[in-house]
Amino acid sequence: MRNIKRSFLAMHNLLQASRCPRCPCVLSSSAQRLFSTCASSPKVCIVGGGPAGFYTAQHLLRARSDVVVDIYERLPVPFGLVRFGVAPDHPEVKNVINTFTQTAQHERCSFYGNVSVGTDVGVEELKKAYHAVVLSYGAEGNRPMGVPGENLAGVFSARDFVGWYNGLPSNKELCPDLSCDTAVVLGQGNVALDVARILLSPLDFLKKTDITQQALESLRASRVRRVLIVGRRGPLQIACTIKEVREMINLPETKADMLPGDFEGIAEALKDLPRPRKRLTELMLKTVKVDEGRQKANKQWGFRFLRSALEVLPDADGKKVTGIRLAVNTLEGSGEEARALPTGQTQDLECGLLISSIGYKSLPIDPSVPFDSRTSTVPNEMGRVSHTGGLYCSGWVKRGPTGVIATTMNDSFETARVLLKDVDSGTLDVSVNKAGAQEITGLLKSRGVRPVSFSEWEKINSEEMRRGEALGKPREKVLDVREMLEVAWSSS
Amino acid sequence: MSFSTAARRLVGLSLSRSSWILSRGVNTSSKTLSSLSRLSDPSKDLIRKRDITSCNVVQPLRSENKVTVNFINRDGEKITVKASPGDTLLDVVVQQDLDIDGYGACEGTLACSTCHLIFEEETYKQLGPISDEEMDMLDLAYGLTDTSRLGCQICLTKSLDGMTVRVPESSADIRQSDGSA
Repeated sequence: MRNIKRSFLAMHNLLQASRCPRCPCVLSSSAQRLFSTCASSPKVCIVGGGPAGFYTAQHLLRARSDVVVDIYERLPVPFGLVRFGVAPDHPEVKNVINTFTQTAQHERCSFYGNVSVGTDVGVEELKKAYHAVVLSYGAEGNRPMGVPGENLAGVFSARDFVGWYNGLPSNKELCPDLSCDTAVVLGQGNVALDVARILLSPLDFLKKTDITQQALESLRASRVRRVLIVGRRGPLQIACTIKEVREMINLPETKADMLPGDFEGIAEALKDLPRPRKRLTELMLKTVKVDEGRQKANKQWGFRFLRSALEVLPDADGKKVTGIRLAVNTLEGSGEEARALPTGQTQDLECGLLISSIGYKSLPIDPSVPFDSRTSTVPNEMGRVSHTGGLYCSGWVKRGPTGVIATTMNDSFETARVLLKDVDSGTLDVSVNKAGAQEITGLLKSRGVRPVSFSEWEKINSEEMRRGEALGKPREKVLDVREMLEVAWSSS
Repeated sequence: MSFSTAARRLVGLSLSRSSWILSRGVNTSSKTLSSLSRLSDPSKDLIRKRDITSCNVVQPLRSENKVTVNFINRDGEKITVKASPGDTLLDVVVQQDLDIDGYGACEGTLACSTCHLIFEEETYKQLGPISDEEMDMLDLAYGLTDTSRLGCQICLTKSLDGMTVRVPESSADIRQSDGSA
């Protein structure tokens, strides 16, 4: 096995050395091999193989014909939240994977999965081996609710819950108990609505998606009939987007259970709203009216506004959640900037499942990288990490965990533009030859870490699609990292 | 989805699919990455969901039937191309390999807003009706205007000959949602 790996790496390095299609240096191929690379080709390392990493790579490769890009990813599988975050019933969004695949297969791009930056290799080591390092490692942490009872059984972060139904290896043993009638989701962003929708979607529909089979079996046995989506502010401040609300409204055999009182005075505010907010609010208002008369549904969902978590209520044994105590809020100010202030009143909601969806949070990756613990981002100007030459960032670690795929695309393109501008202006010195992946793969080998290449990922991909086909699904994900590696490195 | 819509979508699929394959045939350019976001696997096209309400017109591909479209790119550069009636503006960008980075990320399935284009007022009035789903995605677009549409939903007709569309700049940052993408 070792020999195979070594020869693979050698071949890879050779291939990489002979890149640079428009390289000005006139070297014979053997001389290129000797020098391993052309001095003028900027080598960029990207940390994180999610959408931010791939969009940054895409723009770099497209904008310059000499830049070499290597993407390092902690898991053996690429695509980050497109694989593990995007809801299984949103396959259209996952079409971006086709573009990412073409990027990864580009002759000047390489993918190194199964490499954990910060553990297997340090950021300083990457900086030494590359002209520039782009941090695109996303937001792997959670914002905690910070209330008593947060750790009771039956309380999950949306991140873990989503990771569970999407096959994230670290969440494969979550086994949420879905035997209760009511679930409460704390937070009203698109992730909260994804969770609510998955809990209430008909099984016949979900079974045709790439949701994991174990999640499907749990949902088949689920007795959850009612999902309440709780936000600390009012309808005019709701964080989700209209597509997700429309999907909730269109769920079969499910009706919206809104409190008309929450929408008093909202109709009057409509005319001054910008178009997206106006259309979203109009849709909610319509739902309050229409669904008052809809009887046939046996499942319900509803928004609950102006409520903040105070305490998760335990059962008699003090082990499992039976409800949540909420503070009743009032708004100070208006519009997007309105603040929620507690009135002093409280309200208890009964629930056997509580999912906290109040936001993701980036974590620091390495002591050498600046980190703003207040905003949980890497401090930067347009993607250029403050006071640190050669270091850039894109995606959630750059601007916080918000936005749709287009947001991440645009901010990643911006980072790539800024990086290339720095190359042109000389701020980023690319005149010195850097060894790039050759150096890093050498280090990894000495540490017993074997990366997963993109073609090895494609073996996992084929296997997942094969397993999916047998179940009538587009894909059945491999849930275990060890199994992923076995498939990746199998000889077939 | 009603049966008739489904049927029309199927027709549209086979149409757009054959034109895509055609384009791939003649377009095996050396600019590997400029053809990013283009599908190479026809089987993937089958899962493509597309609203083709105004696209089900079969037109012969003779050059006199072509429609001229002017694109004003993000940097102000004007690109003029000839395209076939029945194609969507997304098809045109793909087939002609236009250099608009990130255009059409979801591949015409109404799941993103990256094919957003801005039309001249007179042209905008001639375009077909706009669905709620397209409006929903446009609401998330950068630089939304009163004459914005998604390129994947606009099918070329002879009457649109000579039109000019602008690719919006993408630098502004809207932060509207918490990000399930």
